[in-house]
Amino acid sequence: MQSRERVNKTTTNRIALGVIWLAAIATVGALGTILLYVIVNGIGQLTPAFIFSWPHGVNMEGGIWPTIQATLYVTILAMLITTPVAVLAAVYLAEYAVQGRLVQIIRFAADSLASVPSIVMGLFGLAAFVEGMGMGFSVMAAALALAFLLLPIIMRTTEEAIRAVPKYIRWGSYGLGASKWQTVSRIVLPSATPRIITGVILAAGRAAGETAVVIYTMGTMINAPILPTQPGRTMPVHLLLLAQEGINLPAAFGTALLLVLMVLAFNLTARYIVSRNRRMLG
Amino acid sequence: MTLDPKPDDRAVRLSEGSGRPNADAAPSAGSGLSTISRATYFKEAALQNLFLVCACVAVAGVALIFLFVGWRGWPIFAKVGLFNFLGGYVWHPTKGDFGILTLIVNSMLATLGALALGAPLAIGTAVFLSEVANPRIRDLVRPAVELLAGIPSVVYGFFGLVLLRPIIAKFSGGLGFGLFTVWIILAVMILPTIAAISEDALRSVPEGIREASYAMGATKWQTIWRVLLPAAKIGIIDAIILGMGRAIGETMAVVMVAGNAPVIPNGIFAPFLTLTTVIVMDMPYAAGDHRTALFGVAIILFVISMIFVATIRIISRFGKEVG
Repeated sequence: MQSRERVNKTTTNRIALGVIWLAAIATVGALGTILLYVIVNGIGQLTPAFIFSWPHGVNMEGGIWPTIQATLYVTILAMLITTPVAVLAAVYLAEYAVQGRLVQIIRFAADSLASVPSIVMGLFGLAAFVEGMGMGFSVMAAALALAFLLLPIIMRTTEEAIRAVPKYIRWGSYGLGASKWQTVSRIVLPSATPRIITGVILAAGRAAGETAVVIYTMGTMINAPILPTQPGRTMPVHLLLLAQEGINLPAAFGTALLLVLMVLAFNLTARYIVSRNRRMLG
Repeated sequence: MTLDPKPDDRAVRLSEGSGRPNADAAPSAGSGLSTISRATYFKEAALQNLFLVCACVAVAGVALIFLFVGWRGWPIFAKVGLFNFLGGYVWHPTKGDFGILTLIVNSMLATLGALALGAPLAIGTAVFLSEVANPRIRDLVRPAVELLAGIPSVVYGFFGLVLLRPIIAKFSGGLGFGLFTVWIILAVMILPTIAAISEDALRSVPEGIREASYAMGATKWQTIWRVLLPAAKIGIIDAIILGMGRAIGETMAVVMVAGNAPVIPNGIFAPFLTLTTVIVMDMPYAAGDHRTALFGVAIILFVISMIFVATIRIISRFGKEVG
């Protein structure tokens, strides 16, 4: 009886651990399938002509350059707007805030903002910036709406980065007679910078891949925006429209691959910064 | 991702202990006992207030969203009544029927199915990362999970449309648009969210608890099933609710594979329309009350997502009191 139980116990253990392995393999397999499928079907498209020329005709033949320019433009603008605010907000939460009602409200608001469906953020951008403030479909309106979407993401990663800076470094600074702001600006923030940058880069990847927000704030017109008041069509929106209308599937694959490569590049850069920094700290 | 407020008494102690200015603790600059100059005091106080203003931008953001989306969507509640809007099951805006119950049910169907497929996979992956894998394999699997989180939703939708849909069409005999296709896509999309937070929760279980379980002769699986998963329960529930929030708010991936018919699907391969996809489908041509109704749907979506966030806070607080 006892020995049988022992067998059962180890068999169950083996089977269960096997199932857990399968779950992990399925997860990696899902990523592998998506990447492989997009790469295999899109790689033939990635010629300089495709990347650097304009689309033309009803079938959107040719390249996708304006959509790349619009994507980079709106992403960079959104990051420039949101990063300073998000970092300073995180400094407040991590260094200055005293636990209380106000901090609770701020955290609840940040969590709510982080979980707002992007389509709601898109309609908000449409109502507030495009129509309410009369910006029209423009890079600026899209960047502002994206800024709200990214704010809680950068706030969270920055706060974690600041909290990861050891306390004794601060004590050393205070011991030398530094003020709070001197300590934060010269000691804490520089040590947290690599992790802050990592968070910002990952957020940029999110902005570049966002569809629902930009489609209602920048519109769908193919245009290479120069001024922030001009409209444009980003790569995700281009991919959505190509796929929905079922035209020019090769161009859709090419756009999808470029998007995935962009996200991969952001991810690897972030990873590189983290690993380099870890090595430096020993 | 932590959603519960960490009591931050460190900052207070630091500023009090070192005699640095703090809105509450600093002696007034004019008193003879101050150790800092008046100019420094005001500069520090001004900076602190600037940071506070930045932190309040998040609060302002939530308020602005309510204000602007509410401003455009509120008239529909006033016109058809909140009860008829939420409880009516006929969505036929061009004929003046603005009932979104069907859409709510469809969103729930899509979310629950995705959860049933994705949550076990995600929790399994989390257990794998935190308990089973050796460091080398972990360093391969964790980046994969992170990358899965980074892939844009429109790419997921495109992938579902061009690869998954034809396969599902073949064995279901239909067009391949519908619930089942959406479930698979959403399951993969919420996987990284649930896996990452569940892994954090499992990791925060103290090592001593594992050792005690092994010392009593428990196998690895018994330790995971009877000790670790119950200990990390609150965190895993948080993860699942966040995954639900992500699934219910997902738009672009769903619109590409759902088929978008405004009826309750009569089978898992039937097309359907949800709260999010109705906005994408109707927005290009909607006008008047129809457009107002779409903003009304956005308000409902926003409220649902806030309810999820509030639920997580309540559960976390409850967990802290019990633990």
